[in-house]
Amino acid sequence: MIQYAAIILFVFGLYGLFTNKNVIKMIVSLNIMELGLNIFIISIGFVYDGIAPIITSTSGSGLLYVDPLPQALVLTAIVIGVGTTALALAVAKSIHNKYNTLDLGELEDIL
Amino acid sequence: MKNIFGLLISLLLGVFIILALDSSVSFPEFGSAVISDRVSDNYLDEDNIEDVGSANIVTAIVVGYRGFDTLGEVTVLFVSALGVALVLGSSKKQARMDLKFKPNFMLRIGSKVLFGIILMTSIYIIFHGHLTPGGGFPGGAIIASAILLMYLADDKFRSNVKGFKILEGVAGSLFVVIGLLGLVVASYFLQNFLPVGTVGNLLSAGIIPIIYVLIGLKVGSEISGIVDNFLTEEESL
Repeated sequence: MIQYAAIILFVFGLYGLFTNKNVIKMIVSLNIMELGLNIFIISIGFVYDGIAPIITSTSGSGLLYVDPLPQALVLTAIVIGVGTTALALAVAKSIHNKYNTLDLGELEDIL
Repeated sequence: MKNIFGLLISLLLGVFIILALDSSVSFPEFGSAVISDRVSDNYLDEDNIEDVGSANIVTAIVVGYRGFDTLGEVTVLFVSALGVALVLGSSKKQARMDLKFKPNFMLRIGSKVLFGIILMTSIYIIFHGHLTPGGGFPGGAIIASAILLMYLADDKFRSNVKGFKILEGVAGSLFVVIGLLGLVVASYFLQNFLPVGTVGNLLSAGIIPIIYVLIGLKVGSEISGIVDNFLTEEESL
């Protein structure tokens, strides 16, 4: 069920990206899309009654672990998301410094 | 009009994705994935865990099996930090941006106390990356959050940016050097050439904790550099 919620989050983000003209709101929409994708990837590896894939002293053989591979991929994807968001915000800040507006419609009139 | 158009396209895309996934045979239902059919079965195999030596299997994948991939991801983060510095920075001397409030005594001292605690937590998380949840990426982000706290609590604070740049470069180079050592001492890039030890000990898993510490330092200094770029501006004389 969570997979559908993740897809709906992704669609929300896409809708925000289509309809917003404010640069900051577009970046937030992009982040919501990314969040939906991350939840979706994590949910692929989930198993009912599965435990976190960490070996402890009490764990013997025959334990059910959740899939560690999607978690490993998302772990790095989150950090890359931080990097790209920072870059997008830097561009937004320099737009604001130069033209004193964050709205793409107003920016079109100025240019 | 434009909003309705956007709504229509996004709804259509969502419906298509859900329909395509619902009718696909290879896509598992939520919670009923069969791990033994997947690649991850090999990662969870007990003999392979003994070989790699990392109790946290996510770390074993990120740094062990996919170490080369992680080197690429760290490079992407480096490039984005470089881009932020290029867009926001300039050749002129940078000075702190005014925060338009005066930090009082309690805020200054309290944030310094919290700074130590947050830094300690991050170091713990980085050093135990192969045993407990966490590791270099989250730990590095926590280091950067400690720096951000200092920047926000005190509008005179400026971290040693040059030191961060040197730290970042050294950590990134050492990552590559360790990989090349694997190539020379063992047989392929980033191969483990140190003794593995017992699974679950702090000193185990060979090069995995070393690389994760380097990744933590690199990520922490990069994001701290980004924070510094955002909160400084050209010195106005």
